[in-house]
Amino acid sequence: MAQDIWVLGTHMTAFGRYPDQDAVDLAAAAALGALDDGGVTISEMDLLACGTLFQANAGMGQQVQKQIGQTGIPVYNVSNACATGATALRTVIMAIRAEEADMGLAIGVEQMGKMGLLAGGARKEKNVYEPSGRFGAVMPIDGILGTDTMPGVFAQAGMEYANDNDGVGFEQFAKVAQKNHAHSTLNPLAQYQKEFSLEEVMGSPMQSYPNTLLMCCPTGDGAAACVLVGEERFATLSREQQARAVKISASVLTTDPYVESGAMQPDVNTLTRNAAQTAYEQAGVGPEDLSLVELHDCFATAELIHYDNLGLCEPGGAGDFIDRGAPWRDGDTPVNVSGGLISKGHPIGATGVANVYEVTTHLRGEAGDRQIEGANVGLAHVIGLGSSCGVHILEKSGIS
Amino acid sequence: MQIPLVDYLVLGDEPHLQANECANCGARFFGRRNACANCGHREFNEVRVSDTGTLRTFSIVYRAAPTIPTPYVSAIVLTDDGTSVRSNLINIEPDPTKISLGMKVKLDTYVVGTDDDGQEAVAFGYAPA
Repeated sequence: MAQDIWVLGTHMTAFGRYPDQDAVDLAAAAALGALDDGGVTISEMDLLACGTLFQANAGMGQQVQKQIGQTGIPVYNVSNACATGATALRTVIMAIRAEEADMGLAIGVEQMGKMGLLAGGARKEKNVYEPSGRFGAVMPIDGILGTDTMPGVFAQAGMEYANDNDGVGFEQFAKVAQKNHAHSTLNPLAQYQKEFSLEEVMGSPMQSYPNTLLMCCPTGDGAAACVLVGEERFATLSREQQARAVKISASVLTTDPYVESGAMQPDVNTLTRNAAQTAYEQAGVGPEDLSLVELHDCFATAELIHYDNLGLCEPGGAGDFIDRGAPWRDGDTPVNVSGGLISKGHPIGATGVANVYEVTTHLRGEAGDRQIEGANVGLAHVIGLGSSCGVHILEKSGIS
Repeated sequence: MQIPLVDYLVLGDEPHLQANECANCGARFFGRRNACANCGHREFNEVRVSDTGTLRTFSIVYRAAPTIPTPYVSAIVLTDDGTSVRSNLINIEPDPTKISLGMKVKLDTYVVGTDDDGQEAVAFGYAPA
């Protein structure tokens, strides 16, 4: 049986815009914060995994070492779309489970600035049409044969759910964003901390029906880090360190298995369902046991379908779940009490570490105004198109 | 002179879509595969895809790259022979009250651009049936 692994220290920068810092600065701040939080130093780390998407070839992990300590340990620079941060965590977890490391540092970072709309490139008029690429296209097909834009792709994922299930429409999707904006007002680390009425959410500029501007996550900058430790080394730590540590009771990464429509419309459901099922089995808990969930609400339409994919609601019942307020912070299963990607922000590489930061902070009882009282089990989920899904389940240590 | 926007659109008297169908499991793909993504089999047959189908999901896209005309209706159509196709809905108002999930649609083609040699690129879309 593989040894238990614990989050010993964690930290995230506030998400937002950092025109005067670069990604290395942000990653270093998160890394040092996590080390300090865990009461350990860089010299105790056996490996470093660093996740970033848009600077994936920059040797980000080694650049961070130059800022915080060049100890010669192995660095794994990882990139896995929006699951990049979760992949950095998994890299450290696998190294500890393989007994190549006792303790390691996982960092996720991204500096996006105001990148604007992701995917869906500009159409360049060619003077002479010549077939090129895997489809022999004579010009870019985005906007002619459907959409490549992220708000559109995830809108279609949500509308497919609406096609298959009753009681789901524009209003249910909008309520998701209303909730996450409201939650973010309690989180000082969120990029935006402003509440909006349902009417304001539905009335904001339409991006891709049914996703309005306030139902889409922003681009932004930020970093998060976790120090992870294996059971044997954990046993040597102080009582105080052990008491604040949070146990990783499940860590899963999946990709999208073949489904008929997958090449036309990315299937964000099956891999999430598979990851969740495996994670619940690993942890020996069910969705009803979760005190809080941080899930991948890149768009409001995405959050709604993940209620079902993660088993938080009855099959087909995601519309009713949001209608009755179940995912609000005072509901049955609080979802995205951080404000979620929609309002906390989504610096891509940082996201899959930041959601573990959020869950850990609640399990420690240190989440301040946004604390979910009595939180003892939490789930963190990310999905990256292409596709990859990361799910982590965390549990309070029980050591006092 | 006309050229299809993508190579899986076959022009002529009866414009239609053509897929590579796995000789073992029947999974269909637009674009080439080295082996079937479903079963790993390595032989494929070219098959004609049904021109009619139903609207599986859609989005009305208002925000896109600057040169792309908006709004447009992006859609996934499930053809009557069970193949998913990504395309735009055409000949329909970009208004959610005018578009219903599950509605019947039919393949149609139109000229999407002309190059400097006078060659016309022909695209496809799905219109209400």
